[in-house]
Amino acid sequence: MPLDVQTLRKDFPVLGREAGDGRRLVYLDSAASSQTPRSVMDAMNDFYERLRSNVERGVYRISEEATGRYEAARTRVAQFVGAPAVEGVVFTKNVTEAINLVAYSWVRRRLGTGDALLTTAMEHHANFVPWWHAAQDTGFDLRVIPVREDFHLDLDAARRLVADGRVRFLAVGHVSNVLGTINPVAQLVAIAREANPDVVVLVDGAQAVPHVPVDVAALDVDFYGLTGHKMCGPTGIGALVAKPERLEEMPPFLTGGSMILDVALDRVVWNDPPHRFEAGTPMIAEAFGIDAACDYLDTIGMDEVRAHERALVASFVDALSATDGVTVYGPTDPAKRSGAISFAVDGVHPHDLGAMLDQHGVCIRVGHHCAKPLMRWLGVSATARASLYLYNDMDDLAPLLDGIAAARSFFAR
Amino acid sequence: MSMEDLYQEIILDHYRKPKNRAPSLEGEDVHVHHSNPLCGDEMDLRLRVVDDRVDGIVFDGEGCSISQASASAMTLAVKGRELKDALDLAEDFRRMMHGDEPARADDLLDGVAFEGVAKFPVRVKCALLGWMAVRDAIETYESGASAHTVTHEE
Repeated sequence: MPLDVQTLRKDFPVLGREAGDGRRLVYLDSAASSQTPRSVMDAMNDFYERLRSNVERGVYRISEEATGRYEAARTRVAQFVGAPAVEGVVFTKNVTEAINLVAYSWVRRRLGTGDALLTTAMEHHANFVPWWHAAQDTGFDLRVIPVREDFHLDLDAARRLVADGRVRFLAVGHVSNVLGTINPVAQLVAIAREANPDVVVLVDGAQAVPHVPVDVAALDVDFYGLTGHKMCGPTGIGALVAKPERLEEMPPFLTGGSMILDVALDRVVWNDPPHRFEAGTPMIAEAFGIDAACDYLDTIGMDEVRAHERALVASFVDALSATDGVTVYGPTDPAKRSGAISFAVDGVHPHDLGAMLDQHGVCIRVGHHCAKPLMRWLGVSATARASLYLYNDMDDLAPLLDGIAAARSFFAR
Repeated sequence: MSMEDLYQEIILDHYRKPKNRAPSLEGEDVHVHHSNPLCGDEMDLRLRVVDDRVDGIVFDGEGCSISQASASAMTLAVKGRELKDALDLAEDFRRMMHGDEPARADDLLDGVAFEGVAKFPVRVKCALLGWMAVRDAIETYESGASAHTVTHEE
């Protein structure tokens, strides 16, 4: 069933505000951070108004109830993305922290000279810099799958890069935050495991979980990162979803309270996963929030969200591509792309375009999108990016096109 | 705040037809490269110094209209000045970007057109890029070096 966007918009207080000069706010930056529905704010307020206490250590009623809700949020996230097991869900600040946890507690301890880690040229810095840094420190070979002219990964090159059997770890983004490309994760995993059956796989799901149905167990990957604030949830919470056996073999990354079973002056016993990786008081209200965000998305239905965005991105890409002076960087087939649309406008720097669109009440992202290797491949220093979500519809297209036209005439006159 | 407050006609003129924009400078004494990682702006600035004066100055690079136009206007304001005087003028421009009245409005020439940028905090660093580069170029020259690279943080 098609989404009733006009009704959905009422769930998001920010979308009801005006953007100056009485203009409607047109929010096209959900790939940076999505808006938050009222139900998520209510869930977080419920913690502060009724259950405010610490978790995992209280012996009184409200703390026990808060702990139950915190652990229920873990179960909810596990269910939402088809985690192999609830104990495999570690709450983190965001995907960046999830990836660094893996970089420090797994990759840096197990890869070294003679080994290789395979990633791609279209990664967000969060899924590139931790590996680059680890390679510098431990001496493994960092290999990069190039991007083809059609904005998809070069799978033939991937086959060549794994051929010597030395790739022990694969780190790939599920959906590109710049190009919108949906990467063929299952195919890449198959390519890597054919050359080395023991290869360990991490997927950066920051741009996938909010927009497409995800089943981590079916993908059969070892680690999968997600973040709350791009999927209608709060900032400050994300998760590392892992196979429990991977977490079992990992020492902690951050140490301190909560993550121990026993501490004496001469010995420390780590807690079991996932608590081993959640040192200190966690983000409790945010866990309530991400739980409610999963509920919100499931009530709409992720298949419906995907179908809506797929139809919408096709219209936006068609309209932008048909606009004089506009170049779209990304796949043309809507079946193989998300709603993140990067583009350039002739004669207008992205920064100036962003300022002009702001005058039209339109919020887009401009810059390098934390993907400088990809910017270098595109041969640009920055792009403009409009990104879509469940609360966008065709009403948002005209303000975008009007702003682009205004910028062209303003800067070219 | 409208687009016209930010993008005065003088600024757009410098953007469309930049002055002293070139990839090289004959007899170059110092070359600095400045970048702004947040927006991806890149700027190369080259100076030729004769008798302690800015005898030649060119910039090249990539960036938004504000950064490119400001660098263009800067070269006109700085060319021919004693190094110490040019540094003083750069400081006057920097203060203007933080909301102060310029003390040397006449000497800034078209640079005064950027006064309104101070009301757009996210664009101040764009307008400052060229001026920070010329200050660095002079200080680099005075230290006896001939090249310097700077990455600006927020």
